[in-house]
Amino acid sequence: MALLEVENLSAGYGLFQALRGISLAAEEGETLAIVGANGAGKTTLLRTICGALPAMTGRVSFDGTSIENSSAHQLARLGISMVPEGRKLFPSLTVEDNLIIGSYPKRKGFWTVERVYALFPELVKRRNNRGLDLSGGEQQMVAIGRALMANPRLLLMDEISLGLAPIVVNQIYKSLPEISGHGTSVVLVEQDLNRALSVSNHVYCLLEGHVELSGLSAQMDRQALIDAYFGANA
Amino acid sequence: MIAMSTMLNGVLLGGLYALYGLGLSLTFGIMRTVNLAHGDIIVLATYLALITTQVLGLTPLMSLAVLVPVMFCIGYGLQRLILNRTLKDGMMPAVIITFGLSFVIQNGLLLGFSADRQVLRQGAIETMGVTLAPGVTIGVFPILTLAVLLVMIFALQAFMGRTLLGRAFRATSDDPATAELMGIDGKRIYGLAMGLSFAIIAVTGVVMGIRSNFSPFDGPARLIFAFEVIIIGGMGSIYGVLAGGLILGIAQTIGGAINPTFFQLAGHLVTLGILVVRPSGLFPETIERD
Repeated sequence: MALLEVENLSAGYGLFQALRGISLAAEEGETLAIVGANGAGKTTLLRTICGALPAMTGRVSFDGTSIENSSAHQLARLGISMVPEGRKLFPSLTVEDNLIIGSYPKRKGFWTVERVYALFPELVKRRNNRGLDLSGGEQQMVAIGRALMANPRLLLMDEISLGLAPIVVNQIYKSLPEISGHGTSVVLVEQDLNRALSVSNHVYCLLEGHVELSGLSAQMDRQALIDAYFGANA
Repeated sequence: MIAMSTMLNGVLLGGLYALYGLGLSLTFGIMRTVNLAHGDIIVLATYLALITTQVLGLTPLMSLAVLVPVMFCIGYGLQRLILNRTLKDGMMPAVIITFGLSFVIQNGLLLGFSADRQVLRQGAIETMGVTLAPGVTIGVFPILTLAVLLVMIFALQAFMGRTLLGRAFRATSDDPATAELMGIDGKRIYGLAMGLSFAIIAVTGVVMGIRSNFSPFDGPARLIFAFEVIIIGGMGSIYGVLAGGLILGIAQTIGGAINPTFFQLAGHLVTLGILVVRPSGLFPETIERD
């Protein structure tokens, strides 16, 4: 059985339905990439999986347990961590306190403050700075480190390259194999198709709230993916 | 000598005012809503201490052993059972509920205890004084009040800065939605914060009842002082509460030394002045939410 199974999931905001019957699955240790144009429902999908947004209909199961009615703080304790869009560091906390607060679910595992510093060495000299004093790339590293501190089984990452210089994005993406190497499944939302294909095992392309195309990243036909992305067949 | 005596008494009075502000600052900083019944809850705690001393035969300070846990539970229950239900509708419902609670407490106390002024009797310590120099005598109990305040401020600062739960309090204050993603149950944090605030209020109420007599309608004046302490010190700052209390206390005693009728007015004017010059207070900690 897959670690994460999403079946026919619909969700949205008020009367607006952003997801229309999404199904996907992620195995233990696997990396999924979710691609799609703005407004395709990528962020809504992650927010619904992590419990920040209630599902309208459909099922989400995590390690065989139905979680579509669970709240975000319960799911964090079960082992689902989220790197939210826009990083969302706690502004009045230092870098180190932001990392420590990530350990709130009290899950034992590989990741500790020292190991996050080993993954992102540039954070060491910033440990006593407040989150908002950092560059965008450093903030993103703190946000990823904070999520890792919960030792998640499933890590959701929402647009971690948003607004960052390409060189910083490369550096952050270099940390992904190390993260999934410790058995963590990763679901990441990414706008850059090349990057999405190169880091993932499976790719799902969303279009207007449904899965337009999905498949193994290594075998994905790039032109078909681009057509799905822009809705050329719709 | 008179100047020194005035300053010292201002500092000691400020210790009491800072106590008034401490519990309010905590909930204001974390929940971002104002507990308008804060002053009345201080008075309620004083009356609960009165009952405890009468029923169990304890001294007021010993009654804290019972009162602090009881008040913690009342605060936790108030937040979890009533105030947490209104969170999604913004800060206004909590303000209105505590406004109503204020009247319920005042009139409940009036029914139960009449409007007669009461006092908590701790014994000789109430009137003891130390003479530091000729003409400069300060009370022992006010010094004790200041010491209690300092211990609570340092303990609270250490709790907020060094423990995981304290960091969770600050994270929830910054951004409750993101705190949920970290596994933090915001409703539980709010309950604990209100409980902690009520535990501090228990100490405040007993100290107030030993220092001066009290009646069921004394709450609103205490709320005003607590507010002024927070306005001067800055929202969410624990050390700011100390600064706010001392500035308010010194302003009042200096005003009172010039002319006894200026006592309260001087405190209000200083508060207004700081509000004009630094609208977010001297040491604001709390960060504006998006």
